Amino acid sequence: MTALRSVLDTGSAEYRDNRAALLAKIEELDAEQAKALAGGGPKYTERHHGRGKLLARERIELLLDQDSPFLELSPLAAWGTDFPVGASIVTGIGVVEGVECLVVANDPTVRGGASNPWTLRKTFRANDIAFANRLPVVSLVESGGADLPSQAEIFIPGGRAFRDLTRLSAAGIPTITAVFGNATAGGAYVPGMSDHVVMIKDRSKVFLGGPPLVKMATGEEAEDEALGGAHMHGTVSGLADYVAEDEVDAIRLTRRIVARLNWRKLGPAPKPVEEPAYPAEELLGLVPTDQRIPFDPREVIARIVDGSRFDEFKPGYGTSLVTGWADLHGYPVGVLANARGVLFSEESQKATQFIQLANSADTPLLFLQNTTGYMVGAQYEQGGIIKHGAMMINAVSNSTVPHLTVTMGASYGAGNYGMCGRAFDPRFLFTWPNAKSAVMGPAQLAGVLSIVGRQAAAAKGQHYDEEHDAAMRQVVEGQIEQQSLAAFLSGRLYDDGVIDPRDTRTVLGLCLSAIHSGPIKGAEGYGVFRM
Amino acid sequence: MIQTLLIANRGEIARRIIRTCRELGISPVAVHSDPDADAPHVAEADAAVRLPGATPAETYLRADLLVAAAVSAGADAVHPGYGFLSENADFARAVLAAGLVWVGPTPEAVEAMGSKVAAKKRMAAAGVPVLAELDPDAVTDADFPLLVKASAGGGGRGMREVRSRADLADGVAAARREAESAFGDGTVFCEPLLEGARHVEVQVLADAHGTVWTLGERECSIQRRHQKIVEETPSPAVDPGARQRLCAAATAAAEAIGYVGAGTVEFLFSDGDFHFLEVNTRLQVEHPVTELVFGVDLVAWQIAVAEGARLPAEPPAPNGHAIEVRLYAEDPARDWRPASGTLHRFEVPGDVRVDSGVENGSVVGVHYDPMLAKVIAWAPDRTSAARKLAASLAAARIHGLVTNRALLVDVLRHPAFLSGETHTGFLDEHRLTEARERDLTGSALAAALTQAARRHTGALPIGWRNLPSQPQRVRYENVEVDYRHTRDGIVTSLPFTVVSADGESAVLERDGLRNRFHVSVYGDSVEVDSPLGAVTLRSVPRFPEPVATVAPGATVAPMPGTVVRVAVEQGQRVEAGAELLVLEAMKMEHRVLASTAGTVAELRVTRGHQVDSGDVLVVVAEDEVAEGES
Repeated sequence: MTALRSVLDTGSAEYRDNRAALLAKIEELDAEQAKALAGGGPKYTERHHGRGKLLARERIELLLDQDSPFLELSPLAAWGTDFPVGASIVTGIGVVEGVECLVVANDPTVRGGASNPWTLRKTFRANDIAFANRLPVVSLVESGGADLPSQAEIFIPGGRAFRDLTRLSAAGIPTITAVFGNATAGGAYVPGMSDHVVMIKDRSKVFLGGPPLVKMATGEEAEDEALGGAHMHGTVSGLADYVAEDEVDAIRLTRRIVARLNWRKLGPAPKPVEEPAYPAEELLGLVPTDQRIPFDPREVIARIVDGSRFDEFKPGYGTSLVTGWADLHGYPVGVLANARGVLFSEESQKATQFIQLANSADTPLLFLQNTTGYMVGAQYEQGGIIKHGAMMINAVSNSTVPHLTVTMGASYGAGNYGMCGRAFDPRFLFTWPNAKSAVMGPAQLAGVLSIVGRQAAAAKGQHYDEEHDAAMRQVVEGQIEQQSLAAFLSGRLYDDGVIDPRDTRTVLGLCLSAIHSGPIKGAEGYGVFRM
Repeated sequence: MIQTLLIANRGEIARRIIRTCRELGISPVAVHSDPDADAPHVAEADAAVRLPGATPAETYLRADLLVAAAVSAGADAVHPGYGFLSENADFARAVLAAGLVWVGPTPEAVEAMGSKVAAKKRMAAAGVPVLAELDPDAVTDADFPLLVKASAGGGGRGMREVRSRADLADGVAAARREAESAFGDGTVFCEPLLEGARHVEVQVLADAHGTVWTLGERECSIQRRHQKIVEETPSPAVDPGARQRLCAAATAAAEAIGYVGAGTVEFLFSDGDFHFLEVNTRLQVEHPVTELVFGVDLVAWQIAVAEGARLPAEPPAPNGHAIEVRLYAEDPARDWRPASGTLHRFEVPGDVRVDSGVENGSVVGVHYDPMLAKVIAWAPDRTSAARKLAASLAAARIHGLVTNRALLVDVLRHPAFLSGETHTGFLDEHRLTEARERDLTGSALAAALTQAARRHTGALPIGWRNLPSQPQRVRYENVEVDYRHTRDGIVTSLPFTVVSADGESAVLERDGLRNRFHVSVYGDSVEVDSPLGAVTLRSVPRFPEPVATVAPGATVAPMPGTVVRVAVEQGQRVEAGAELLVLEAMKMEHRVLASTAGTVAELRVTRGHQVDSGDVLVVVAEDEVAEGES
């Protein structure tokens, strides 16, 4: 085993500046996340409490084993859209009766817990995580149904929510639903599709059509208790397997259901854990404020892996990408980390081999992104950069060991793909608050547009307005910069959350533990590698 | 020479005697009732004889069994300890008749002092000051308040304070009843009640050759229900002149009855004046204070005297001050209700003598005195001894049973106690027995944090959240706490700073004051020890099981159907299993039976009634179980 030795100068001005800048970004992040935590705001929170009901996160806290960790997912969902941050739903991974579960809870203080298009996407992402990692799903339901004004974006794709539940069930992944309030129309199918259903006396109302709709449809006059009360479902329809006395009792019953799942994780158990030799706190000072300045990812690895031990693979070849083996919270991982932004042919070939090695050893992979993309230029094109980049992307695409991705800084161009960006289905993808991602940097993108425009004008023999060009570049740069930011990307569900860099090890440890609920199996074949 | 000594007792005094046996090379033999089979005194003895049964009457009060035990164990002597048969002349005679040595005074001396009425007469004749005996039929209003006492009594039983003539008849009758049941002798007498008087007694040690020592006085004024709980020597109220007169009176008393062995002459002491109360013809519970101040082993001397040894002419000189407290498993705030159960932990730290009948894990039953231990401190002066003893008690780890520890600490630290103003009404005057409101939050927070640390396994940070919103909440009976694990440590909404917390203890700071709280968990009871006082918390389950929603005795319809027959009427008595009514559903008749015996309190249906599954049909009020049966 080889221990990494940090050369970070924690007394330098640069370190102090980096740290201050990153802390400022974390503060901004906290402010955005606070919006999700605030739910529907004090007024609706108070009203909800006034009805003797618990908030979504209060329900989750009670559901979880005491003092166990909880990783909330996609907290910034819907950031930068017309819908409230958090998308009126809470999702995350937590431990219930010793079982790691994917927990989903509607936030009824946000527009009655109604689902909007972002709620759907966040739910789908949670379902994907449950499916890929074999996590039992616990849904704490209280939703007024679909946000009707945006039904056009909900109705058709929304069916997936029900499809997911039944497919989870078919895959042997238990689904448990506790209904805390209304679950109407589409919402009624969530308990309907679940393996286990808990309802609450005098609180749960589960029906396809409420009294007004039934009156309109058939003329029948029916009260809501007869149509969908917990007592009716517990004694007549049989939709409720358990009828709880109150919310706390519903959570008690839900926990008992999980306790009786006889759940066993299928992945190998972790080795004894050793803390890194260097403090996570120092991660704040090592990322330069100027994204164009690269930093040594070994300094990051030294602060997130067990004992800061890292056996580097091909340290002298393709040095712009660092590859090697480590343990993280006792789980073996292969690490790929950008060292100098650009990926050349050597780096691509090195990554391809490394990914194959990890698959043959059933070892999960951790991608630490800080890349500006694959090298361009005649020399590199002639050297086969497309072939080599494609090899790397092929290996990443067809690798079947679990992938974890952390965007530490830049994630531009095809580098985002090669380093297992969102489209490559990493099991989890987290972003540091300073990170940026786009097809290319804002200045480059604006510059490219400017060159193309200039060429078009020249071809038509038109005068090219320099003033207009400058204004265009500024607007485009601003727009691209805005759309490259971590919160924007997270709002669009392009990651699973923006995290404080100091939490990286904990987050990855939680994810690896969750991942090991399912089996870990490397790929047995790849597509054709173009040599 | 005594080779093997049977100890006809249990608990701390049996262990105390065993200790001296070990020092002298004598083989100790224990006896035990069934509940005491695993008691420390049994384990520590060389041999043990079972006394079948549990109650004292079946076991430790059976002279015949005890003598037989001594004979079968090959003992050559019997030590009775205190209590039980220690002052029973017949037992002493039976021991002697079996050819064994009796470690105690002669049966005659025991007998002479056994009746308080007779003893008073004898002492008066020997010139010892006694209180006038009052004839209940001839008392005047000026004689009140007075005390009715059982002639055969001890330990406060058969004793009644009477404050007015109107209550006299009742008091006498009550004392008589209690005396009859406790001692088999209903004789009672009346004395003036000297309020605010002190209880002072003189330790006597006499050999069979005419030498009588007095080993100073002990003051035992602080009592609960006439039961001593704090004892000390010397008494802060006794000056050298009074001491000389007390000792002279005690010597006269001992000589008057030809006393041999260790004994105690008790006096009521008031303003330098004193009156004879009684002679205890045995080792006293509080003998250790005398031992510490005079540097003697009274049990060793008892044995030596029984062997015929001579006392030196003069007793050793006293040195310093000693205080003893009796630690009881009882709740002073709940009328001294005795506690029983498992004493999970019993540790008294510090430079103190601990004479205990229990150890970690001992089970304290209901059959015997709930005294757990005596804790005794010696120091060159009284206040130093009190300080030392209070500190030891305060720091003691006593888990599993409620005790009078806090009360004892309060007494020892009370300004009135420290200035020597002790008297028999001390606890009432200073209102020390009242339950005090205590702030449990510090202890509860420490308990919650310690329990959290214990639950935490694995390397992932405890209670980690990427989006912290709700704190962890933990409830104990009467107190709820919250906390949150953050990057910068543990925070709470309570007015505490959490300095540290692990699986054993937590350090909390409040208003700049830092304290360590040690936490021990036994099932759902959590014991927290800190310099702020020991606290017992009871865990409240996070998820209470719902209580039954159907009233007891209610019979509900097992399925939807029609009532086709009602077999009972309102107010009718039914036996368990009796047919109440018949329900028809799906062409089947279902008999609905009474689940319990009782009276039909409610009949909610009639023939032809359509009922739904779960509807209450009949409510049967359960018979009240006669007292004593349950």
